[in-house]
Amino acid sequence: MQESNLKRRRHIAEGIKSWSWLAPSLIGVSIFFIIPFCVVMYYSVLDNPIFANFVGLQNFIGLFSNSAFLRAAKNTAIFSVIAVPLSVILSLWMAFALNSKIPGKSWLRSCFLCPLMVPIASVVLVWQVIFHYHGTLDQVTALFGIAPVDWLKTSWSYLVLTVMFLWKTLGYNMILFMSAIAGIPRDIVEVAELEGAGGWYKFIHIKLRYLSPTILFVTILSIISSFKMFREVYLLTGDYPYESMYLLQHFMNNTFNSLDYQKLSSAAVLLAVVMIIIIGILFLIERKYGEDVEE
Amino acid sequence: MKTPVIRHAKEKIATALLFLLALFAALLFIMPTVLTISNSFMTEKEIMANYGAMIENATEDKKSYISEDLNLKFIPDSVSLAQYSSVLFKSPDYLLKFWNSVILVVPITVFQIFLAAVTAYGFSRYRGRIREIIFFAYIILMLMPYQVTLVPNYLVSDFLGILGTRWAIVLPGIFSPFSVYLLTKVMRRIPKAYFEAARLDGAGEFQIFWQICLPLCRSSMLSVGLLVFIDYWNMVEQPLILLDSEEQYPLSVFLSQINAGDVGLAFAVAVVYMIPALLLFLYGEEYLVEGITYSGGVKG
Repeated sequence: MQESNLKRRRHIAEGIKSWSWLAPSLIGVSIFFIIPFCVVMYYSVLDNPIFANFVGLQNFIGLFSNSAFLRAAKNTAIFSVIAVPLSVILSLWMAFALNSKIPGKSWLRSCFLCPLMVPIASVVLVWQVIFHYHGTLDQVTALFGIAPVDWLKTSWSYLVLTVMFLWKTLGYNMILFMSAIAGIPRDIVEVAELEGAGGWYKFIHIKLRYLSPTILFVTILSIISSFKMFREVYLLTGDYPYESMYLLQHFMNNTFNSLDYQKLSSAAVLLAVVMIIIIGILFLIERKYGEDVEE
Repeated sequence: MKTPVIRHAKEKIATALLFLLALFAALLFIMPTVLTISNSFMTEKEIMANYGAMIENATEDKKSYISEDLNLKFIPDSVSLAQYSSVLFKSPDYLLKFWNSVILVVPITVFQIFLAAVTAYGFSRYRGRIREIIFFAYIILMLMPYQVTLVPNYLVSDFLGILGTRWAIVLPGIFSPFSVYLLTKVMRRIPKAYFEAARLDGAGEFQIFWQICLPLCRSSMLSVGLLVFIDYWNMVEQPLILLDSEEQYPLSVFLSQINAGDVGLAFAVAVVYMIPALLLFLYGEEYLVEGITYSGGVKG
């Protein structure tokens, strides 16, 4: 009886000890992110903070009839859907291509990492010169007889955004992939070769499998950076860019400035839900695909 | 039938082609940086001659620029330090903004990494269902665009009475879950045997953390620290929303305003702004790869 009591006490002590490692961060995260986010969820179903009448999903329905929100959501979705997979696939391809022995690898690596390190604000000036009306890109296209275009103000401007995104993420992604490729066990590949596996089979069934944790990781990093592209757009064009570059972040910043909490909180909740679904799917895929190699 | 000689030659050509491709990519990657640095040595006159159209457009006075075209110019006509001398001596404003950046970013980076190490230790040493759920919540939180946490952030700062002060940026920054995720991934790869051995030797949990776990994660902490530093060094959204006066703005926000006005100085300011990041990069480049990939495993 006494012994089991002691055991239980020790168990509790152990529990407290283990949670005390997490406590500071949990408290901070709760105060600064989780509790206020619950408040935001609460706001999203009210008509306004003062009268606080419950209106159900009305704010969300309002969002879907708001043209600025729809445009922002569409632009953001198009940009992310193009840019993130493109960055992951291109960098994976480049990593395989450059994995062979080429001279000057460490110098090249430094160059590839450069865009990651250089502050955005420092580079934005150069982007401006390149994509501006009569800028560098226009001068190049002029050689082919194409009339000058103000690249930041066309309906294709998210392609400009994609270019900036690729410039920024490709190098680091590629280097992460290269070091992951170096970690694929040689002997497994060799056994597969002996058993007559073709190049494509090797790629799909062995290499991609071993790379899948890294692919997930790089995808996560790329998603994060894709959201941060707002900074570039903001520094390039300010609060109200041309409509094809108007991102969700602009929408939310601008609604924030006009103090429309209902619109803002329902947009935030909606965005959070979409993100949770996307991340959930990513993790499921990774778990299914790479389960027997991870750790 | 291919003779070995031909095959050898073919391989060489392939390598050469790859090298050229890599070189081309590398040049593209460093071009904007090089351009910014070289242009910082131009005189204001030269800048205006080459980029005048861009600025005049911004101020909507379209008459005074020299050429309608913008020229990317790599090599200045004559090297001049005029931009730097104005930045450093004539307009102390920029140095002040620079300092603003430093006092925001350095505490965030240092404390975030340390707190993340402690938290990651908790996530990797003890496993369990609830912890896994919390960890997943951290991942979700990490992936949220800043704009989702913007209102919560604003509400809390207001509630705590720190709205408009630097604390409103620094405190949430310290608790940001990004580095927790990365460091947990790394710590979970440390073989359990290391900890068990220390335990058997009579080490307490804190001792294990301090003397075994942290040294093993040194390169990871450095690389995560680099990423965090760069991220906050670039911050744009937080100051705009959480700070009261422009006097507190970090240089990252301020540079966008220079682009519209003082273009004669902009390149030099951009270079000054780049320096801490580049220095850290030169120092920590090795870690950026080795510390973050978990394919390499832990090197003891």
